[in-house]
Order: sequence, then structure tokens, then C-alpha cells
Amino acid sequence: MLPHTVIPLGDRALTIDFPELDGRAPRDVIRSLDARLLASAHPAITGRVPGIGTLTLHYEPLLTSYEALVRFIHGTLASLVVTPAAATDPVRIPVCYGGECGPDLDEVAAAHRITAADVIAMHAAGIYTVAMIGFLPGFPYLEGLDAALHTPRRASPRTAVPAGSVGIGGGSTGIYPCTSPGGWHLIGRTPRALFAPTRQQPALLQPGDRVQFVPITPEQLRQQMEPQ
Amino acid sequence: MTITVRQAGIQTTVQDLGRPGWQHVGVPVGGAMDQVAHRIANLLVGNPDDAAGLECTLGGVALQFMAPALVAFAGRDVTASLDGVAIPAWQPFRVEGGALLVVHTGCRTCIAIAGGIDVPTVLDARGTSLRAGFGGFHGRALRRDDILPLGAPSSLGKRMFSRLVAQGRMIADWGAGPGLRPSYAMCPTVRIIEGPALRGLTDASRERVLHGSFRIAPESDRMGFRLQGHTLELTAPLEMLSAGVTIGTIQLPPGGTPIVLMADRQTTGGYPRLGEVIAYDLPLLAQLRPGDEVRFELVALDVAHTLYRQREHDIARARHAVQLRCAATDRDAR
Repeated sequence: MLPHTVIPLGDRALTIDFPELDGRAPRDVIRSLDARLLASAHPAITGRVPGIGTLTLHYEPLLTSYEALVRFIHGTLASLVVTPAAATDPVRIPVCYGGECGPDLDEVAAAHRITAADVIAMHAAGIYTVAMIGFLPGFPYLEGLDAALHTPRRASPRTAVPAGSVGIGGGSTGIYPCTSPGGWHLIGRTPRALFAPTRQQPALLQPGDRVQFVPITPEQLRQQMEPQ
Repeated sequence: MTITVRQAGIQTTVQDLGRPGWQHVGVPVGGAMDQVAHRIANLLVGNPDDAAGLECTLGGVALQFMAPALVAFAGRDVTASLDGVAIPAWQPFRVEGGALLVVHTGCRTCIAIAGGIDVPTVLDARGTSLRAGFGGFHGRALRRDDILPLGAPSSLGKRMFSRLVAQGRMIADWGAGPGLRPSYAMCPTVRIIEGPALRGLTDASRERVLHGSFRIAPESDRMGFRLQGHTLELTAPLEMLSAGVTIGTIQLPPGGTPIVLMADRQTTGGYPRLGEVIAYDLPLLAQLRPGDEVRFELVALDVAHTLYRQREHDIARARHAVQLRCAATDRDAR
């Protein structure tokens, strides 16, 4: 069986922790297990949270004991077929870089002694993978940022980052789905709605999805703006 | 059938039992902070547990009912009046069309109205997600002059209302007894399941968590309570990757001031976890005000589950008792 540990997260949730495999987070294991558990429609499982290296399950204690749920997880893992993510084309996210949309673009460029145009070219050249969704509804933590763009978070977070803002925080890049406080450096804005509660698929991105950024002009941003 | 908000108070929102099934895409669970008070208020008016009601936070709220209704409210240190007449908490009562209900909330009051607040269901629930701005009443806290639509009362709710009319009573001569209510206090001891970072604390810090008291900081809200009083230290920094958290998770950010995550918490967190407050004791925590204190005590998972099942049994029995009471009335009337 795949190596893992299960620990309680209070009395209505537990976390399955997977060690790194060859120095990498076992993303395919977590995604495959999450899909199997979803398909099992186990009545006691009320919520699932895939993390980086973990899968958290929320459960209803009236419908299972902790021990029975852990046995069920062990059984599922024992017969789990781990499949790599489907090789689909990257989701293309248009981004208007700099100016009002990306007030920290010049600062990021200055921090790395490169031009703003270099930051845009490097950021838009990458193919990113959604490591997890968290922080806000539909907020993707994207892996794959060029090491030359890694930038520590802002010393003082903004109280209101506009919806659609594309930011860099440490070694991650991400997109704010709704207006919220935030400490990442903002380099651009997308017209795509990352999260729309009334859409059939509320979240635009899922863990494992690949993402590519495509530069657009302020005029295109206005034209392509999607309702939240 | 509608209610008009005449005075909205500090923060009044439409709440239910939240949306646990959307955490995989980062949607906060939300829902009433004190879910026991919410559920009991609902059962007192014949609503299902998850019917939408109002959660009022500190201070005064005034609601004008545009048609007759059956109402109940529950919470800690709450007083209310209906057109100037005092009304007790934890008991159903009826209001006439045009009546003004004024509620003075000690901390968080749940108000249930037979039929529930009839706002649209968004992602399987009606509760307000304040940060993301959806659910509830237009995704926001209520304001003066908002008009809230009410759903149709259940047949049980209708029978309860008719019974009060037949008895010539405004307030029912029964309600949720003290045994069913959470034992609220200004400095409760709440029980926690140990988390991985508890052992990572210095001996002195661990001692403070398990034997000291913490004060609820003013900058506490539906997302989380900051705990003042002791700055906690780890023996060595803990490397953490963002992972799922839950209501009641006690996080330790780098500054050493712990935070207990509450109803509107994020789905994931990257700070060391000291432990989780058990479901049974969450209402005690939810009803604390800034300045109140709290103590923590370790408990085993099986004890937490026994308490959890006991409370669910008690609530189910209370619900059954309400149904029997009204069935008996129907027989008497025939």
C-alpha cells in the first residue's frame, strides 16, 4: 500500500498525509484517491479538501466511527490505481499586465533587476499546474513559477485586492477570484471569472489542471470581462 | 409574507448550517456560529434544522413582521420585546401582522421564523458567505429597510401557531429546557483534540495552553477568534504545507498569538495546528465576546464522539417531543 498516515483533525475530520515521493508531492495519488472517494459516495463523508501532500476528509460521526472510516480509507488505498492527470491542453488565462491592473509589476521587476517587459515575458512563458484550491473560493495555488520571479510577499498586505488580480507570493503565482485582503505582489488582472457560484462548474480550475497566461491589452480586458 | 428590517444591528446575516460539500474548491463552510442554538430555534417553530434564520451579533436588532408568524430565538444573554412586552428566549411565540420585535443580543442570537427566510439556495445552502459575497440576502449583512421574504411554514409550524391562537396565548407554555441548551459561560473550559503542533511547543507554552486562560481579542469575527494572554513558542519552527483545516482549529501563526478558526474560516491553512475544539463545545466558544476568556482541556476522540452522539440524541428526542405535543393537541381538538 502507498505509504501514508491518518491523523484526526478534531472530531469531525481527518487528514491523510502522504510523504513526498522522489522529492515531489504525490499529487497524482491525492487526485486519484480523491476521485475514488467521491465516486464511492460514502454517506459519512461530508467534505473533501485536497492539499499539497494531504487529503482532508470531513465526516459525520453519526454515520461512521473514526476507526471504520480509517479502515475504509485503507481499503480504498489498497486497491487504488494511481493515474496521471489527463493530458489536456493548458487552460488559457488572458492577463492585462501592469498599470492599474498590476500595480506591483515595476517593483517585482526592480527586485530582480530586470524590466517589466521581462517579467511579463517570463510569467507568460510558463506552463503552470494547479497544486491546490484554497484561501478563497476558486483561488488556485499555481506551481511552476520561474525561479527568477520568486518574490517574498509584501511587507504589509493590501486590505482590498481587486477580483481577477494575478499575483506572485514567494514561489507561487495565483489569481484572486474575489475582492479580498492579500499580501501577494500584483502584476496583472484577468477578465475571466475564477469562481461564479451560479455556474455549473463554479470553480474555473481544479487541482491538476495546467494553466498558461496570455497577455492582453486594457481594451481587451474591458471587452472580455466576465460577470462574477 | 415578509419581514422588514427596522434596525440591523452590528452584523446580522441570514445563516443556516452552511455548505460543507464545496470545500474542495475553496468555499468556506459558513453557517450559524452557534449551530445548536440555530437548530433548537428552528425546531421550536417546526422548521427543519437547516432552515435559514437570522444570526445577530451584539447589540440591538428590530424586525417588523408584515403578517402573523411563529418565531423563536436562542443564544447567550439575549433579551427581547414584542411591541414593548418582554419575550423569553428558547420558547416559541406568535407575532401579529405589523408587530415590532426588538432583540438585544448578548453575543450571537439565532432567530428562527416558521417557514424560514426564503432566500435563493446557492451551492446547496442559503447562508451568507460574506467574504465571497454570495448566498444569504444578496451576499451581505442586513441593512435597515431590507425586506426579507419568508417561506411557507411546515404543517407542524402551522399546527403550533393555531394551538397558540386557540389557547389565547402569545407565548408558548413550553420551550427548550436548560438540559438541551449549551451551558454558556463567560470563561468556559472547552475541550480539544490534540493536534500535531501541541508537542512542538516549549514546556512553558504547552503548560499555558492546557492550564492558562486566553482572552478573546477585539479583532475577532466569524472567520476566527484571536486569543490574547500568552505568546506561545515552538521549540523549533515547523515546516507546514497548506492543508485542510476545520471549525475549531487552533492555529499558531509566527507571532505566537493563537487563532481559533470559526464558521467563515478558510478551507485550508498553512500554520502549525495545536488542536481542534470538539463539536460539542463549539457553541460555548461561538458565544464569547471580545474580552471574555476561555480555557482548554485535552479530551480523547472517543469521548468527543460520545458527547456528540448524546447531543444529537437529545435534539432528536426534543424534535420528537414537539411533534407528539402537537399531535396530542390535534386529537384534543377533534
